[in-house]
Amino acid sequence: MLIEILVSLFLLIGAGFALIGSIGLVRLPDFFTRLHGPTKATTLGIGGMLIASMIYFSVQTGQLSLHELLVALFLFMTAPVSAHLLAKAALHLKVRSIRPYPVESENREGR
Amino acid sequence: MILQTSIVIAFAMMSLAMLLNLWRLVRGPDTPDRILALDTLFINTIALLVLGGIHFDSNVYFEAALVLAMMGFIGTAAFCKYLLRGDIIE
Repeated sequence: MLIEILVSLFLLIGAGFALIGSIGLVRLPDFFTRLHGPTKATTLGIGGMLIASMIYFSVQTGQLSLHELLVALFLFMTAPVSAHLLAKAALHLKVRSIRPYPVESENREGR
Repeated sequence: MILQTSIVIAFAMMSLAMLLNLWRLVRGPDTPDRILALDTLFINTIALLVLGGIHFDSNVYFEAALVLAMMGFIGTAAFCKYLLRGDIIE
């Protein structure tokens, strides 16, 4: 019973964070602010759901179930990388932004 | 009982999140917005698969989630590379 409550709690926390991230993706005003929602909140939501799955299968099978950790680790490593690549692409394309772009100084080599 | 109820609620929340992502994917004013929506759709699909694994009490969904995580990252990286350089493999 206690395990069920714990698993439900983690599931609901995870789904809530994923929902908040997606609401941020829809509601925020420009691309650079929109980037914050999915890359932070949704990744945390996935982490909560994977913890719930880990607890559930550990109790269900009677032995420690750690392979969810693989997905969690992979996502937590790749989410910042893809966010960085997206921000770089958006800067390159000069998409619409609510703040003006910074002026590039003269004596800097490359980006 | 409490677990089944919360699984149904979590399914509903994830479906709503994916609908919002789909809206941004269709609407998104710029290409990076669409790529971001696609990436978030991938991540939400992984969450849905994990949820399905708990609901159907089966372990096979985990492998699909792992493959989807890798495919999502590679897809996003390739799209961004294409936007930055106009080419994927130089």
